[in-house]
Amino acid sequence: MNIISTHNLTKHYGKSRGIIGLNLSVPEGEIFGFIGPNGAGKSTTIRTLLGLIKPTSGSAQIFDRDIVREKDPILSQIGYMPSEAMFYSGMRVGDIIRTSASLHKKDCSAQAKELCERLQLDVKKRVDELSLGNRKKVSIVCALQHSPRLYILDEPTSGLDPLMQKEFFTLLKERHKDGATIFLSSHVLSEIARYCSRAAIIREGKLIAQDTMEALSSRTNARRITLGGTTAVPQLNGIKHTVPGDNSVSFLFQGDIKELLSELSKLPLTDLTITEPDLEEIFMHFYMSAHDCEQ
Amino acid sequence: MTILKQELKRGKLSLLIWTLSIGFMVFICMLMFPEMKGEMDSVSDMFSSMGSFTAAFGMDKISFGNVMGFYGIECGNILGLGGAFFAGLLGISALANEEKNHTAEFLLTHPVSRSRVVFEKLAAIITELLIMNALIILISVISFTAIGEELPLKEFALLHLAYFLLQLEISAVCFGISAFMRRGSLGIGLGLAAIFYFLNLIANISEQAEFLKYITPFSYADSAGILSEAALELSYIIPGMIYAFSGISLAFLYYNRKDIYG
Repeated sequence: MNIISTHNLTKHYGKSRGIIGLNLSVPEGEIFGFIGPNGAGKSTTIRTLLGLIKPTSGSAQIFDRDIVREKDPILSQIGYMPSEAMFYSGMRVGDIIRTSASLHKKDCSAQAKELCERLQLDVKKRVDELSLGNRKKVSIVCALQHSPRLYILDEPTSGLDPLMQKEFFTLLKERHKDGATIFLSSHVLSEIARYCSRAAIIREGKLIAQDTMEALSSRTNARRITLGGTTAVPQLNGIKHTVPGDNSVSFLFQGDIKELLSELSKLPLTDLTITEPDLEEIFMHFYMSAHDCEQ
Repeated sequence: MTILKQELKRGKLSLLIWTLSIGFMVFICMLMFPEMKGEMDSVSDMFSSMGSFTAAFGMDKISFGNVMGFYGIECGNILGLGGAFFAGLLGISALANEEKNHTAEFLLTHPVSRSRVVFEKLAAIITELLIMNALIILISVISFTAIGEELPLKEFALLHLAYFLLQLEISAVCFGISAFMRRGSLGIGLGLAAIFYFLNLIANISEQAEFLKYITPFSYADSAGILSEAALELSYIIPGMIYAFSGISLAFLYYNRKDIYG
């Protein structure tokens, strides 16, 4: 079953592009990565799913319910972390957390207490005094305290120190183990690679790929080739992203591997490694090929 | 009722400052009455012979020498204008401030409908206006007792009912405008209240401008008219309440469809 599914979901802001014909499927129980650079349409997608903005055309369902007509029952089972968390000036952290629970019509005091302890969050502080990292922590507590079925997280780790990032992902893994689905929008590719089982890539408002991480990796057909003992690069088509090293060279190759081996045999190699490309390279591959197609 | 409670909690200080400021000025004004009472005959004569100025403030219809006349003109202006400013500020900031302060995203990603948000914010405005009026009425009653004057209950009640309706109308119109705004502008709330006040002054001076009385809520909160007739002018109140209802309806309709950006 899909927890989130969108059908040709489109949002235009006047004449400018938002998202175009988005067909997204997030299966239940996945940690789903949503990748794209700033301005690609990640936040627009999330804001549409949460009912903050209305789609221009197309439709979307969360928990098999329509996002426009059944917004409130959907939101009661979602924990959302915005990329920039802002709270009511003058209020204390504890007040914000209680207000959030109260808007969910739940008593989450035990959960909130535990989360605040784990995140080392002082509930007596005024929100105006908080650093970006501490505002993020308040946001985490508000998103997690009511134990929702679905977490929608927009750039959740920006501003969190590495220790807190680790604790945050430990919390997420616990929730995932309990059956929750996590939709993680980020441009920190290492995060997505480490925690997500499935991902979608968005570029200029359009979805250009979505699959399991393994499938995305294999769909590129590209391999990272690292040569030792030479800095020469074979003269072949399909070689990209060359990184010269100290008496070594590394490049991304997409093409006939036999042809490559034949060319490599002519070089004075001392070492050769062929690896799967990392997520950044997969991302670049999809971005570049979509760009090439358009050109 | 979470939003209502939050609104009241956050608006507490502002409500207290406005109420005490208006109440204090009304109280001080009333303490001046016994001293001025003796000189009022000549003062009233002077005020009633200043042509347009006299008409603008309704001093051709009521007397400064009478305690309710004095209360209606002096305190009425303080309460009328002060209350209108406060109502304008409440109305204009209610919905727009959520976007201006980027808290709309926090609020509206909780399971609470837009209509509920509008309803509870409106309820908070009305509650704050009720509290302010109740406290000012209390201060006024104390001031009447303090100067040993009898309180004409009917006129007093009608006057304060009219001020409450005026505040309700201004806040409702501003509330409607607030639904369309993203950046919140207190200037619009204050400006609208001030414009309405001056429209009434103009309507009082010129017969040709009398149609303005159907636009400004100060027409039915005009103490001179209320005290001389001992009644409220329904022909001005009805259009006023229609404007208020329109403002509120507009807020419900538009806010439900509005795109909320970050």
